[in-house]
Amino acid sequence: MEKDLWIRIPLSSNYAAAYAVKDVDVDVVAAYPITPQTTVVEKIAEFIANGELNAEMIHVESEHSALSACIGASAAGARVFTATSAQGLELMHEMLHIASGLRLPIVMAIAARALSAPLSIWGDYSDVMNTRDSSWITIIASTAQEVYDSIIQAYKVAENPDILLPVMVAYDGFTMSHTYEPVYVARDRSIILDYVPKKRPSWNVLDVEKPITMGVVANPDWYYEFKYQQVVAMEKSPEVLKEAFQEFEKRFGRSYGFIETYNLENSKIGILTYGGLYGTVTEAIDYMKKMGMNVAAIRLRVFRPFPYEELLKVVKNLEALIVIDRAISFGATLEGPVAMELATMAYKKGLDIALHSYIASIGQRTVTEEDVIAIVKNTTALLEKGVKVTEKSIYWGVRL
Amino acid sequence: MDLKRVEIRWHGRGGQGAVTASMILAEAAIYQGKYAQAFPEFGAERRGAPVRAYTRISEKPIFSRAPIIEPDVVVVLDPSLDKSLYIGGLKSNGVLIINTRKSVSDIVKDIGRSDIKIARVDATKIALEVLKAPFVNMAMLGAVAKAVPIVDTTYIEEAIKENFRPKVAEANIQAMRRAFNEVEIS
Repeated sequence: MEKDLWIRIPLSSNYAAAYAVKDVDVDVVAAYPITPQTTVVEKIAEFIANGELNAEMIHVESEHSALSACIGASAAGARVFTATSAQGLELMHEMLHIASGLRLPIVMAIAARALSAPLSIWGDYSDVMNTRDSSWITIIASTAQEVYDSIIQAYKVAENPDILLPVMVAYDGFTMSHTYEPVYVARDRSIILDYVPKKRPSWNVLDVEKPITMGVVANPDWYYEFKYQQVVAMEKSPEVLKEAFQEFEKRFGRSYGFIETYNLENSKIGILTYGGLYGTVTEAIDYMKKMGMNVAAIRLRVFRPFPYEELLKVVKNLEALIVIDRAISFGATLEGPVAMELATMAYKKGLDIALHSYIASIGQRTVTEEDVIAIVKNTTALLEKGVKVTEKSIYWGVRL
Repeated sequence: MDLKRVEIRWHGRGGQGAVTASMILAEAAIYQGKYAQAFPEFGAERRGAPVRAYTRISEKPIFSRAPIIEPDVVVVLDPSLDKSLYIGGLKSNGVLIINTRKSVSDIVKDIGRSDIKIARVDATKIALEVLKAPFVNMAMLGAVAKAVPIVDTTYIEEAIKENFRPKVAEANIQAMRRAFNEVEIS
C-alpha cells in the first residue's frame, strides 16, 4: 500500500461507510434515520453541506420510500446509496425485490440490528438474514476498514454489465457501527474513481431518446425467464466479485476474499462465524493456543452468493465445524441460517464432517473470548459422546 | 503494567462525557500511530444513569470486540458512583484513576485493595475553574495520560481540537493539562 495515497484516521464503521460513499462520488442518497444506522447518513449530509460531496439528499418519510427513491434515481442512471437497520430493512423488504428484479445496481449499508418485538436497538443479524432470498449480493464486514473497502468494491460488482444486482454491505450494529478504530481512507478520491469509474451499462437506464418500460407485468409465459436471469447473474457474480477483490488488492494493497481463515493448519476443529464477532473468536484462538488447543477460525464474508467452493477447500480437512450464527431461523431443521447452508454444502459435496450449530449474540448478548473457549469445550464433549450434527441449534448464553 | 496493550474501562453518568473521553483517547492513540478501539456500553442512554465505555490501545492490531471485563485501568468520572459499579475486574497492578476530593490514603481505605495503583485528581474543581462548568471528561484524559503513559498529550490535544469548536477545545486542553500536572499517584 502506498502510504502517501491514504490517510489513517479514527472512524466508526458508520463513518467509514459515509467516507466510501463520498469517495465513490455517489449522486443520490435517500434514507430514513434509524438507530444504529443514523450516523452514516448524518456524516453524508455533512459532506454534502461542506461541498465535499456533490449529491442530492432526498429526505423521505420512511425506509420504504428511501429505497423507492433510490430505485427511481438508479433507473435514471444515478449512482445511489442508502443505509438502514432492523425494522427499516423490514419496511424496505418489498422494494428489495423490486431493486433486484429491475436489475438496479444500488448499494446499501446495514448496521445489523435485532428485530422487534420486543424492541431492541442492539446488534444481531436477524435483519440481514431475513433478506436472504431477495437476490441482493450480501457482504458482511468485520472491521471499519473493511466497511469502507467493501462499499467501494460493491459498486464495482453491482454496476458490472454481467451482474446488475444490488449489493448490501452489513456490519455489527453498535459493536462496529459505533466503535472507533483506525481506517485508511483515500487522500484523493480519484484513485477510488479510477477503480470504480462512473459508467453504467445503458440498457436499463431511462432515456427519453430511447424510451423503455421498466417493471411491467410479466405473464406466466415470461415471469419465470426474468427470475432465471437473476439466477444467472447471481451465478456469474463469484467470478466478478473475485476480479473486483483482486483488482482492489493490486491497486490498493488490501486483500479480501469470500472467506477468511485463521490458524487453519494443524486444527481439527474450526469455528465459523461472521461480522465483528470473528475478531473476538480469533483472540480466543490465541488464548487456546497458549492452553495447548489448536482451533481454526473461519469468517464468512460473502453470504450471497454463498461461497461453498471456497469453504469446502478450508473445511475439508477438519473433523468438526462449529457454526456460530447471530440470527434465528425459527422452526428450521437447524435454526442457524448459516449452519443450514453448511449442512447443505456438506451433503452436496459428500463431506464427512461433524457440524455443531450454535446461536449467540442475539440482541447483542455479550460474547467474550471465554464464551468462545467454552463453546469449543462443549463441542469437544459432544464429539466424545458421538454427536455428529447437533439435533437442534445450541442457544449459547440464553437463560432457560 | 505492560504498555504493549492497555485496556481501559470508563465509568461516569449519562451526560458527563465518559463516551467522548473514551473516543478521544483512542483517536489520540491512532494519531500517534498506534492501534486503538473505543466503544460505549450501549444501554438506554439517559442523563444521570451510570454509563460505561471502553478504550483499547495497542502496538498491534486489535481484533476482539468483547466488552472489557478485566481492565488494566479504570477511570471514574463521578465520585458519587458506588465502588461496586467500577472496581470489579480491575487487574492486580492495575490503576484506578478517580475524580475526587478525597486523599489517596482515604481512597485506598475505601477501596480496600492494596494490589492496585491509585491516581486521584479533583477534576470537578479544575473543570469549574477552567470551563466554568462541571465537564470533567477532558480533565480526566490529562490524568490518564500522566498515570498511564501510553498516549502523548500532544496527540490528545490534536484529538480534542478535532472534536470541539476552537474556543471550547482551548479551554478543554487547559483543563486536560492542569489535570496532567495535578494528578496524585500512589
